[in-house]
Amino acid sequence: MIRGKVVIAQDICKGCELCITSCPQESLGLSDKINIKGYRFVELVKDNCTGCVNCALVCPDAAITVYRQRKEVFKANQNMKKAV
Amino acid sequence: MKLPPITNGFEIVYKKPDTLTDTPMHYCPGCGHGVVHRVLMEVVDEMKIQDKTIGVAPVGCSVFAYNYMNVDMQEAAHGRATAVATGIKRVLPDRFVFTYQGDGDLAAIGTGETVHTVNRGENILIVFINNGVYGMTGGQMAPTTLLGMKTTTSPYGREAASAGFPLKITNLITQLPGALYVTRQAVHEPNAVRRLKKAVRLAFEYQLLKKGTCFIEVVSNCPSGWKMTPQESNKWMEENMFPMYPLGDLKVPSQTMN
Repeated sequence: MIRGKVVIAQDICKGCELCITSCPQESLGLSDKINIKGYRFVELVKDNCTGCVNCALVCPDAAITVYRQRKEVFKANQNMKKAV
Repeated sequence: MKLPPITNGFEIVYKKPDTLTDTPMHYCPGCGHGVVHRVLMEVVDEMKIQDKTIGVAPVGCSVFAYNYMNVDMQEAAHGRATAVATGIKRVLPDRFVFTYQGDGDLAAIGTGETVHTVNRGENILIVFINNGVYGMTGGQMAPTTLLGMKTTTSPYGREAASAGFPLKITNLITQLPGALYVTRQAVHEPNAVRRLKKAVRLAFEYQLLKKGTCFIEVVSNCPSGWKMTPQESNKWMEENMFPMYPLGDLKVPSQTMN
């Protein structure tokens, strides 16, 4: 599976949890800490993000940046695994 | 916002558009306004029309829209955004002009301006956020409030006998010959946001045709006004708002040009 990762601007996040419900991999969750505004912010809790962008699309505060593995890197990794 | 460096074969597939400023938005958690702001600015960014776009901010929750959108903005009196946009578009016909209005602004105090602007077929884009309440002032009943919906000014639910029926202003506007593209979208789920973005992109491109007004209604939530959590409000919106305000295109240009 293509790997992705999300970077969440913790001070902008208001903890509305819309991204948590929209994540098909259930890899987002609320933090136990609070941010500068007093909201519990969202963070990556599981390392199974695929970079599908769903969370960033529903984020009302544009707090989420999504990274995804390049296809050629992904394929190279697959081939390496096969060779091993 | 400072982003971490890209490492070992990763690329950015989604980031906040450059046309959106770094000012933290004042909207309540889960409010649909932020998504619509971002989608508008993404389209401006993609079309590279930042220096040719002029927005008109309304009175309502989105009164500070000019703080977040990094394009030329003008604040209008309550309900008069479409009238102001008409003036701007007539003076500067080569600019992309859009108004951003809520239901209290566009469908209540600004009904006259809205209907006549569309009837004249001004080449502007009207973005209408419909959440069924006056959000900024504390969730009072708006013309678009559903029957039986409890608000601070209709504590027993809206009654048709005293308060009339919900106003479907988008359907009203579809009848007018000046309307080029009329659509109703939502922002409650990722695919709805994708569809909204396509609609906004089309609407901006249609401005070049100079054939009429584009009108996009966005059915949105108001977690604070409805006294719900963001998730509950989205679910409530799907169950109650969508039967009254069904999503989809109400008028597309191919019909009007033939």
